[in-house]
Formats: sequence, C-alpha cells, structure tokens
Amino acid sequence: MTRPVIELRAVSKIYGNGDTIVRAVDRVDLVVERGDYVAVMGASGSGKSTLMNIIGCLDGPTTGRYLLDGVDVRRLDERRQATIRNRKIGFIFQSFNLIPRTSAQSNVELPLAYAGVKSAQRRPRAAAALERVGLGDRGHHLPSQLSGGQQQRVAIARAIATNPVLLLADEPTGALDSRSTEEVLTLFEGLNRAGRTLVVITHEEDVAAHAQRVIRMRDGRIIADDRNRTGAYVADATEVSR
Amino acid sequence: MNLRETLMFAVRGVLANKLRSVLTMSGIFIGVAAVIILISAGTGANKQITDNITALGANTLTVTPNSTTGGTRGGSGAARAGGGFGGGGAAARSNNSTSSVNNGTQIRQPQLTLDDAEALVDPVLAPDVGLVAPVVAVSSVTATYNGATHAVQTFTGTSPSYLTINTNTVQAGTTLSDSDYSGHRRVALLGPTVAADLAGGDGLSIVGQTVQFNGVSYEVVGVLTAKGSQGPQDRDDLVIAPLTAVQDTLASYGTLSSIAAEASTAQQVNQAQAEVSQILVSRHHVTAATADFTINNPSSILDTVNTVTGIFTLLLGGVAGISLFVGGIGVMNIMLVTVTERTREIGIRKAIGAQRGAIVGQFLLEAVLLSLLGGILGVVVGVAVSQLKIGTFQLVVAPYSIVLAFAVSVAIGLFFGWYPANRAASLRPIDALRYE
Repeated sequence: MTRPVIELRAVSKIYGNGDTIVRAVDRVDLVVERGDYVAVMGASGSGKSTLMNIIGCLDGPTTGRYLLDGVDVRRLDERRQATIRNRKIGFIFQSFNLIPRTSAQSNVELPLAYAGVKSAQRRPRAAAALERVGLGDRGHHLPSQLSGGQQQRVAIARAIATNPVLLLADEPTGALDSRSTEEVLTLFEGLNRAGRTLVVITHEEDVAAHAQRVIRMRDGRIIADDRNRTGAYVADATEVSR
Repeated sequence: MNLRETLMFAVRGVLANKLRSVLTMSGIFIGVAAVIILISAGTGANKQITDNITALGANTLTVTPNSTTGGTRGGSGAARAGGGFGGGGAAARSNNSTSSVNNGTQIRQPQLTLDDAEALVDPVLAPDVGLVAPVVAVSSVTATYNGATHAVQTFTGTSPSYLTINTNTVQAGTTLSDSDYSGHRRVALLGPTVAADLAGGDGLSIVGQTVQFNGVSYEVVGVLTAKGSQGPQDRDDLVIAPLTAVQDTLASYGTLSSIAAEASTAQQVNQAQAEVSQILVSRHHVTAATADFTINNPSSILDTVNTVTGIFTLLLGGVAGISLFVGGIGVMNIMLVTVTERTREIGIRKAIGAQRGAIVGQFLLEAVLLSLLGGILGVVVGVAVSQLKIGTFQLVVAPYSIVLAFAVSVAIGLFFGWYPANRAASLRPIDALRYE
C-alpha cells in the first residue's frame, strides 16, 4: 500500500471573524490515492476553488491537517512551500497562465529552471514534454502565436515537465472551444492511464464525466463522492445532463 | 536558478517595453552625464588656476621688505630711478621713510640687500633652498629705439638664476650669462610685447640692437618666449637685465626690491620658507613677530585655491547629484508600475515554484540593468562633452567622477529597485494569480 497523494483531515478555511464569518471550506476529509483521476464539482461559492488553493499549497488551511505525498505542508515555511509546489504539483489554469513574450520551450523549462536543473538537461526534458502534448514542433513559438488549445497544451507540458506526483487543473477547459476541450480531456486520460494522479476542478458535467471519481461540493462541504466504472459513468452522466 | 537565467529574465523585462525603458534610463543618463560634466568643469577651473599660479613659480618664495615697518623701498628705489618723472610723490615718500628710519631703533636704510640674498645660499642653514636671485624692480622706465617709445611695465634687474626660477627662456638671441652679471654688462632681454612695440612685426629683429632705457643704452641680447597674459597683467611686457648693470645705471646701489628663492623641490617649499625666515630674522636682528620682511609662499595660495575650487566642485557635483537622485526615483516609479503590471506573471512564477530570492533577483536586476545602461550612456556622453573647450577654458574629466557616477548609478538601481522587487516577491501567489 503506497501512501496517498492527498490526505485532508478536517480541513477548514475560515474568512472574516465574528458575525461575518465565512466557512469557505468546512471540515473536509479527503483522500486521493496515487493514480486516481478526480473531478471536483460545485457551483461558484461552493468552496471548490478554496479547496484547490489548499491542495495546491497556494493557501494554507485555517484548521486541520493536510498531507501532500506524506508531507504536512502546514508546518512548512514559505521557502519549502515553494519547493513543494515546484517538485510535487503541476498546475494547469483556466487562463493557461503562460509567461508572455517567452517561447513555449522556455515556458516549459521554467519550473525546471526554478528546480535548479541545468540548462543542458532541461532542454531535452522540456522538448519531451512538448512532444508528449503533441507540440514538439512549436517550441520556439510565443504564447501569442498559439491558439487557446495549443497554449493549454503548453501549460500541460509545463505541468508534467517536473514529473510531479499531482496534476492540479483549475477549470482547464473553461476558456476552450469544444474541439480543444476534447484534445485536453484526451490528454488527461492518457496521462492518467500512464499513472499520473489528476485533480480537476470543473463545473462542466461532461468534463467530470471523464474522471474515475466525482466529488461534489456545496457550502464548503463534500456532499457526494461517487466512484464509477470507466465508461458506465460516462453514459450515466450524459443521461443526467440531458 | 543561476545568475545568467535571472539576467535573461531581467533583460527580457527591459526589452518588453522599450520606450519606457529608454525614458527611464534617460533619467539616470542625464544625471550621470551632468555629474561628470559639472565635476569636469570644477576640475578644469581648478587646473587652470593652479597652472596659472604654477607658471609664476609654485616652488618660488618671494621675500619682500615690509612696507609697514618702513617705506624705504619706494624712497630709495623708485624715487631715485624715476626721479625726473614723479617728483612730488617720490619726495613725499622720501620724507616718510626718513622719519620712520629716524624713529626706528635699528637704523638700516636698505631692508633687503645683496648680502641677504647671498646669505640664503647656504647648504647648512638652508638645505632646502635651491636657486636664489636678488631682484631690483625699477618703475617708470621708458624704452626708446629708432624713434619708437614704450613704457615698460616691469623692468627687472636680477641674476641669471632668476630666469631659471621663473622658467623664462629666450625665443631669439642668447640668455643672460654669469659673466654678463659679474661684468656689469649693459645687456637686456626684452619681453615679446616690448620687442614688438619697439621694432614692429614679431620684434625679433631688435636682437643685437641698442635700446635706450631712460636714456641709458643697453644692448638687446635676446627676446623672451611669450608667457601670455594673466588677467589684466601682460606677463610679456617686461625687460630683464643684470642686477649689477641696473644698479650702476637705473637703480640705487645696495637695496633690493625682493629676493626670489626657489625651494629644491615642490615638497620642500614650506621648509625652505622656514629656513629663509630664520636666516633673515637673525641677520636683521628682529624676531619673527617684528620681521621687517614678508615671505610670499605660492604653495599656500595653491592650498587656498584648491580648497575654494574643491568646494565649488562639490557644489556643482551636488547639484548634478540631485538630478541623478531624481533619475533614481524615476527607476523606482517604473519598477513599481512594472511589478503591478506583471503581478499575474509573478503569481505564475511563484505557483510553479519560484523562490522569493529568484523573484527579488529578477526585478532587482531589471532595475540595476536600467540604471546601469543609463549610467554607461551617461559616462560616454559626459566624457565626450568634457573634451570640449569653451573659449580658453578646458574641461578636465576627473577619473574619480566616472567611477563615482558609475557606482552611484548601480547603487541607485539597487536602492530604488529594492522596494519594488521585494514587493513583487512578497505577493501571495494566490492573490497574484487572481489579479486581472
């Protein structure tokens, strides 16, 4: 039995104080095992973005314990948290968030550079990551010269370049047309089949339908946690959404 | 994350908004150039004044009798020499001197004598004194040659050493020799102004001719090299003749207008002054407080000039420094704008694992790059402008001003980049990512 990638124990995130107290995340327990593909669903204000920030070590929980790959991140200082984000998490954002005026290749190399990987070793690794997302020939292109779908694939290449234990995607298809959405979801499935752990935050049912496990949130709490057999759930979800 | 990569990010940041970067740089550029140019102006002024003083002989001590303890100089020298011209004034001065001598306890009509001058050449008592020249200045001398006349500004009777001390050389003919001096020969060296006035043209044709000075014939053996004018004083309007001959004909015997004494080296001027003072005090039977002579030491004037021009230069540099400071504020302003503009980029970098140091380094280096490029440009332009000559005034680049301006521009980048860079690094990734 390997240790879980994510282990949340009674994690709460509380904003404000006194009468205006808001429990964005309210005593959430969650375990995500290695190799899982989890979709977190919920309306805006359900706390899914706050949860994703906690999981991504971008924000600390007010109370509770969070073990990422067995490491209690709450006890880490800013410096170690940056290292954790760099080594263990690959981020994929809704608005791609590539560094402007910087080539696709350099964008993918960036997390490796921050990890201290030497230039000579970075180049082939970044090239391989770009190859993996089908953009091996676009390394020298600037983000502004790429379509939205291509930019998101560069972002995915950047996320997998450091070989992290967790890929964390926040509304990855929110800014994409349906064809690009399909490309990205196909990539996710491929990455999952290759053994990578994915957590995808979304409010689109057909995106969640590709996941092995769907967690639904409302008012900061997990209200449903369904595991489904691959394929069967896709059919069900389609029924429901129609 | 090594320095080269951080530098590349910084360069990319500078190039991202070229116009803005150029404008920001120009603030530093103008400041640095102004500092260098104005300090050059101060240094140039200092050099010019110093050169002028040095041309008079920076190592040369001039001993003159004190006019307050006795008016004998005018009475004995000028009155006799120019007797026929300024009768009234000279007579009055003679009366003054007579009374002061009568009242004095020490009756010594000539205050500085040839013996005084010779006593200064003493390797034991005055080891730091080199050449010594006795000087008799005769006023109101009119030179006549071939019907042309010229009122000589300075008519000096002296020894050949004087020419060496005053760095006087001849451009035509021969200089004064020791045998001219010892032989009482009536020979003279003319300044270019005198020669040109008497003989016309460049005046060199007068060499070998006989000129009348107040009716006394002197043979012109040479024409001095031009020294130019200093302020209202024409340093070329002079005649130099052997002291012995001048005392025979134009001035009184025994009394000197001054003694020129040269220190062996520029460093020994002050010791030489002390030695000269010691010798003359004991010879004249006075104390240092009641000395009847004054020793003029140009190195003390030089010190004063250096102090004054130093303050002047500091003031100019300070004014220019203000513009450099304003340029630095410009850098800080733009870096703050840049950090705000690129908040999202900072968020991305932090999310994918950039350490605080990497972010600080990137933005700090960007600020330093801006001010450094401005600084280099400022040094180049400042040095180029400082080669200019305004009239006779030559700017002189002070090497320290280049180093200073350069270092200050880098320091400005660091100082004014520090706050924006730290502000960037302190952004929480979650806030920075949310920033639109």
